[in-house]
Amino acid sequence: MLPVAFALAWFLARANVRGKIVIEAIVYLPLVVPPVVTGWMLLLAFAPKGPFGVLANVVLFKWGGAAIAAGVMALPLMVRAMRLSIEAVDRRLEGAARTLGAGRWRVFRTITLPLSMPGVLAGTVLGFARSLGEFGATITFVSNVPGQTQTLPLAIYAALQRPDGDALALRLSALSVLIALAALVASELLARRSRAAMIHGV
Amino acid sequence: MAFDLDVAKRLGNVEVALRLDAGAGITVLFGPSGVGKTSVLNMVAGLLRPDRGHVRVGGVTLFDAGTDVPIERRRAGYVFQDSRLFPHMRVAANLQYANARAAMVDAVAHLLDIAHLADRWPRTLSGGEAKRVAIGRALLSDPAFLLLDEPTASLDRARAAEVERAIIDVRDELGLPILMVTHDRAEAERLATRIVEMARG
Repeated sequence: MLPVAFALAWFLARANVRGKIVIEAIVYLPLVVPPVVTGWMLLLAFAPKGPFGVLANVVLFKWGGAAIAAGVMALPLMVRAMRLSIEAVDRRLEGAARTLGAGRWRVFRTITLPLSMPGVLAGTVLGFARSLGEFGATITFVSNVPGQTQTLPLAIYAALQRPDGDALALRLSALSVLIALAALVASELLARRSRAAMIHGV
Repeated sequence: MAFDLDVAKRLGNVEVALRLDAGAGITVLFGPSGVGKTSVLNMVAGLLRPDRGHVRVGGVTLFDAGTDVPIERRRAGYVFQDSRLFPHMRVAANLQYANARAAMVDAVAHLLDIAHLADRWPRTLSGGEAKRVAIGRALLSDPAFLLLDEPTASLDRARAAEVERAIIDVRDELGLPILMVTHDRAEAERLATRIVEMARG
């Protein structure tokens, strides 16, 4: 998901083409549309007779489908954060790198990407948080199949529906808090490291 | 001819135009702000595309009706007015960005008196230090010619003298043709092999 998000962010930040606003709207759509609607649209797209119907067998009611739902829901947040940080990169520095003999790819690798790293990290954390909490699109798209598409929030909800499920719900909730904490701490450490390098510059 | 330029570019409602034939040494573009001196340097470096005309340096055509050599292959050693050191790299990494040989890096660092700055981050440098590092970085990109944009602007007199000395050293020891922009008449007269005045209109 990360390379896709970065490529889209790059395109939205830099490309100068007609119709960009349409692509932008489609990418950001899952941010504003109710998740259930996103899930239903995914279901229509991956239905055996839908445009991506060939994949129906590996996606519907399978963990792959849950991953797609989480990815689609996370995408807008990731793209937004990354796009802002790509736009904030000083293009004059890229020009300077080219006068020093660096081709476009080397400029991207050594200048643009490292300078937009804080936004890439922020976007990744936001995207992860969104996927972890994703409920509506997943349950609509691939249902709630234990061992396949039962994500943490779905499992917690299912446990709460059972009269004896409180203990299980508590354990799962504790687990989700732990995962979230670990992710936040890891991202903060990474951000601090990249900021330590940055703070001497800029 | 070191620099053979005939460029024109419309920027907003200003027409930047210059015709210039200059030999070796330091050619100074002189004129008031806003007349397009930096735009001329950008057109020579390839950062700005002229509407028409040609750019030839040392007999090599970099731009004309049928040619537009990519920036990275023009071999321009460009020292920007705002230095543009890469903020996420230490001085040493900035100097080595163009993959010069270590012996060359040492020689240039010595020439410009910046060897002791190698481990510093660009933001911690004084204006004069940053400018000298920027000159060093440009020299280490194996340039065929140098473009200097207001190399001493925004420096106090002592720092400006430091940078002027560095420019003279580069001229005398490396023999590269230099195209330099300034709006300081005294500096132009101190450094220039020839002065080209740009005026509005």
